[in-house]
Amino acid sequence: MVPLSYYLVLSGFLFACGVAGFLIKRNIITIFMSIELMLNGVNLSFVAFAAHWHALAGQIFVFFVMVVAAAESAVGLAIIIAVYRTRETLNVDQVNLLKL
Amino acid sequence: MNVHLILFLAFGAVAVAGAINLLAQTHPINSALSLIAVMAALAGEYLLLGAEFLAAVQVIVYAGAIMVLFVFTIMLLNAGVEERTQGSRVAFLFGIPGLLLGSVLLGWVVLRHSGTEAVAAGALPGDPKTIGQLLFHEFLLPFEITSVLILIAIMGAVVLASKPPTHPPGVPARKVG
Repeated sequence: MVPLSYYLVLSGFLFACGVAGFLIKRNIITIFMSIELMLNGVNLSFVAFAAHWHALAGQIFVFFVMVVAAAESAVGLAIIIAVYRTRETLNVDQVNLLKL
Repeated sequence: MNVHLILFLAFGAVAVAGAINLLAQTHPINSALSLIAVMAALAGEYLLLGAEFLAAVQVIVYAGAIMVLFVFTIMLLNAGVEERTQGSRVAFLFGIPGLLLGSVLLGWVVLRHSGTEAVAAGALPGDPKTIGQLLFHEFLLPFEITSVLILIAIMGAVVLASKPPTHPPGVPARKVG
């Protein structure tokens, strides 16, 4: 038996790591991976609460989060490829104009 | 110490180590591999919570499909070690204390104000049959909307990642020879 709060602390730590990576990292691909880490942290708390409240809908929400994350990563990586094609850099500090 | 708690701590340690390693590494491919470790460990956590279907989907979709896409992009763009710039040092100064402060505060609040009620291993059976029945009865409309979303995402990805035309649109390409 594991208390619910342990799951929440782990989930919060993963989310905080994602936020820190989003702030620290300069590589646009790593920033994108930090977003995925945040989504994973949230998913864990969804599943833990679903088990805690005996509500299966929480697991369905996680399923939808995964599907949307897949769509998001496909579009996001395509945008990264388009940015790299015009800027020839992956450093976000050098991608500071809205103009592509 | 029961088996459930030991397994939770083992998977949690892998997830935490992977998340910290993602921050510590400078090469994107190393960050991607540590993110795969985090996702695999989270699949184990889902299995402990009884979400069998989600654990399988986590491994197949997240650790499989999405991370393959990431690794493929890293290799396609030949991404090297990230270079540090002036702006990133400021973010570094605020990022690490922010991470520490945020997680300590969050952990303190959650551990202090939550009860001691425990989640049993496999408390809520999330096998594919149950999930499928719920998905195709109660959540049928969101499911169908999601399929449209995926279709739009595929088309958007193809349009964005395809090579731009060498001649301006609307103008027919000049015939050679």
